[in-house]
Amino acid sequence: LTIHLSIVVFLPLAAGLVGAFLPGRLARWVVLAGSLAVLAYWIAMLVDFPSGGEGLHYVTNDKWIDELGISYALGVDGLNLFLIGLTAVLSVAAVLAACFREWDRPRLFYFHLALAQTAVLGAFMAQDLALFVVFFDLMLVPFYFLIGAWGEYRRVYATTKVVIYTLAGSLLMLAGAIALGVLSGTESGQGVSFLFSDLVQRTLPEGTQSWIFWLFALAFLVKMPAFPFHGWMPDGYRAAPIPVLILFSGVLSKVGAYGFLRIVLPTMPDASVHFQEVMIVIAVVSILYGSILAFTQDNARLVVGYSSIAQLGFITLGIFALDDKGAQGAVMQMVTHGIVVAPLFLIIYLLAQRAQGSELLSDMGGMAVRAPVLAALFLIVTLATLAMPGSANFVGELFVLFGAFDQKFAYGVVASLGVVLAAVYMIRMYQRTMHNPPGPKVESREMGVRDALVLVPLVAVVIGLGVYPQLVLDRTEKATTGQLDPVQEVAQR
Amino acid sequence: MIDVLAEIKGPAIDWAGLSPLGAPMIGGLVVLVAGLAPGRAVQRHLMPLLTLVALAAGIGAVAWQWQTGDAGTLVAGALTNDTLALGIATLVFVAGIATVFLSWRDRLIDSAGGGEYYSLLLFSIAGMVMLAGAENLITLFLGLELLSIPLYVLCAARVREERSLEAGLKYLVIGSVGSATLLYGLAFVYGATGSTDFGTIATAVSKEIGVGDPLLLVGIAFIVTGFAFKASVAPFHQWTPDVYQGAPTPVTAFMAVATKAAAFAIFLRFFFEPLGSAQANWAPALAALATITILVGNFGALGQRSVKRLLAWSGVAQAGYLLAGVVVGTELGLQATVFYLAVYLVMNITAFAVVIARERVDERGDDIDALEGLGRSTPWLAWPMTIAMLALAGFPATAGFIGKFYLIDAAVQGDYAWLGVVIVVGSIISLAYYLRVIATMWLGSVNVELPSATPRRAARVAGWSPEADARAQPEVAFIAILAAAATVFLGIYPNPLFDAAREVGSSLAHLF
Repeated sequence: LTIHLSIVVFLPLAAGLVGAFLPGRLARWVVLAGSLAVLAYWIAMLVDFPSGGEGLHYVTNDKWIDELGISYALGVDGLNLFLIGLTAVLSVAAVLAACFREWDRPRLFYFHLALAQTAVLGAFMAQDLALFVVFFDLMLVPFYFLIGAWGEYRRVYATTKVVIYTLAGSLLMLAGAIALGVLSGTESGQGVSFLFSDLVQRTLPEGTQSWIFWLFALAFLVKMPAFPFHGWMPDGYRAAPIPVLILFSGVLSKVGAYGFLRIVLPTMPDASVHFQEVMIVIAVVSILYGSILAFTQDNARLVVGYSSIAQLGFITLGIFALDDKGAQGAVMQMVTHGIVVAPLFLIIYLLAQRAQGSELLSDMGGMAVRAPVLAALFLIVTLATLAMPGSANFVGELFVLFGAFDQKFAYGVVASLGVVLAAVYMIRMYQRTMHNPPGPKVESREMGVRDALVLVPLVAVVIGLGVYPQLVLDRTEKATTGQLDPVQEVAQR
Repeated sequence: MIDVLAEIKGPAIDWAGLSPLGAPMIGGLVVLVAGLAPGRAVQRHLMPLLTLVALAAGIGAVAWQWQTGDAGTLVAGALTNDTLALGIATLVFVAGIATVFLSWRDRLIDSAGGGEYYSLLLFSIAGMVMLAGAENLITLFLGLELLSIPLYVLCAARVREERSLEAGLKYLVIGSVGSATLLYGLAFVYGATGSTDFGTIATAVSKEIGVGDPLLLVGIAFIVTGFAFKASVAPFHQWTPDVYQGAPTPVTAFMAVATKAAAFAIFLRFFFEPLGSAQANWAPALAALATITILVGNFGALGQRSVKRLLAWSGVAQAGYLLAGVVVGTELGLQATVFYLAVYLVMNITAFAVVIARERVDERGDDIDALEGLGRSTPWLAWPMTIAMLALAGFPATAGFIGKFYLIDAAVQGDYAWLGVVIVVGSIISLAYYLRVIATMWLGSVNVELPSATPRRAARVAGWSPEADARAQPEVAFIAILAAAATVFLGIYPNPLFDAAREVGSSLAHLF
């Protein structure tokens, strides 16, 4: 089966451009069709992808800017296969959720939504560091507009903050990327190249690695976000419209974690080992900080927002355990976190509709009575989020903790507290909204067909992954552990 | 007596090689004389047409010289037509063409007179072409003055506006100080090396007197100061915001892009050719200047309300980025600087074209508020401005990203990785003000999630009137859209520009 990844990457953008020249009513369906086509493409890829398969597939590798040694290289392996899938699924969900609402300047809105998909897909598929940076930075443009123009609470302030925070990180990464490509090229005497496959071969001396490491680490930690770099998160999450937030929280945060696995560990193994402890501390602090703040929030979005910090902390912990199981758990957790966060935000949106637009937990309550189906779906998602055994999240967290216990026992113990706290804040949110006496503003009702159309498939995916996590594990194992080989070599020295 | 004169042989002049310089010179004279003819149509339409012809002839001459490829010395070694000179000349001509379109129906033509305005423009361009090809301290100074003096007048072209006059006067005073300092420095260098020829100076510096010579060092310091005035490199940039704001906007646009290109051409040539062997000595000083410039420019731009002032400060910061390419003293640095100059040209022309279009229809002029809601009312201006701002900030898929990438690449390869990080830090600061412009255009007053059907067309912004709309001339929008398209195109497919930059780099290849 020949799959042209360029088509997959640029299909959404093409749809967005076509939509921009059509009447507003048509634009949404064109963009939706684009997202569905990407999803179909991905399913074909998944079927075609050999279980337990190694190496890159469907590779595109052309010279882009010869002068600078930049290639246009795309490829899919076990590491990014499911992250691409996550993007495809959440894009469809986001566009569909957006389709059921009216937007001011719809063509522009859907164009930016489409551009966001292209940028994220490109970042996941890029096999060249410079190309990755291009897509990584490009992602911010559509989100700047989506949050700033169609956002809610203090949108302009929020979007400026989000973009400056994250772009500060990614510009530092740009310097780091150029330094990595150029210095490793000079060191090896083979000319500048930014291809991951070349960069892995040409590792720099440890001293050089360590400052480049931090340029990358800052970019990714801000993007995730991790504890001291999360300043943009509360504003960004409150301002973003729900369909945008689905992509923003579900997918964008994963690009940061993915960057560690794809770029940092294999190309800077000495620095990764050297700074392992620091990164683990950041991860564990993020877990505790996020969990505790999630427990104290009244705004439902921020409960999920802070819980994301905690979940991303788990992912970082898994990655920097520098252990095969931990990394596998991290990849699993990336997929599952994305897939539960999307329905959570959709449900919060539905709940807010029933509480006269308020997203505060204190204004909600007792909604389960008239809405049993919604309550059931919410319960499933809640249990998945708190990593109930039987959910894919459980598998992910378990692997992460296995990895952590194997490598850094003490941190593993502290991190396990996060699992307990997750149960506390998620159940608290569920109780406050669905049970308890109804709040004064609450008008409970069952969800409509349109809402179900978005929500039910997502919950089905959550259940599906819980039943058959091997789908992910089998295909990601080889590629993920492969990324750790250079680090483990260094650690054994 | 006659016999003696007959003995004197004039220098061999390669007229063909001089053609890129001749085109704007002759064009300037023709326009000046033809401008004496009476009639509004002559002033308003014939003059710009003649100017365009002269500039097109200039580009043709460049293309011809580029093809023949015998980069040689012209006028007894005082000038050269190597690819660096020709490349910069192309940039200046393109900037000139854009300026002609931008000022075509501007009110300033009525007050300044078409003949005078366009001939001054052409003479200034001639000065830039000469400066870019200078191989001698004398031609260097001649070129610099020839480009500056017409600009002083052009800045004051709106003779009935106090601001414009003030800008002209300010530029004249400060520019003269810069020129005087430069001239003083040239004298020192001549005194130290005994020659005005770049080649002889280079030999003197590398062999006979060495870089440690105090006379030479003082001279270099003065010369750097003179260049820094022209290129608005901090701490000699203070005139920039005031002059940029006060000058008529088409002139500002021209100054911003063309003067910068010419100033950096001579920066490159002077430091690479006569002083190339002393790179280790001057590089740290220039690197310090670059750092200061990047920081001062970006912080200065933060609080600006006037878009022209904002672009002036951003121009200061960009001059700092460009200096990084000079600092490293390598062929790659040369290429990166020239590449960035081209990119800088399209980005800034786009931004200034939009400012001009707004200023003609909006009473708020170049205030940032004049851009409010532009995304809704006139998207064909808002998109180019957005692209220009994103490009200046260095977002990918625009030429600005590739340009910055190239400069950082050159810095890292030239062992100045920290300067690359400084460029990046500067870009981070710059986001704050570039994004503010974008926010004003797109995020100004949007109603989110309208409950009922969206109104088809939003109300026009304040100050709009049919007459005003008629004055929003299509050629300005055309320039904005064309330059914005070029910015995106070069961001996605920069290879043609890389090829050109490589050829330009080859001009000084014998030095590396």
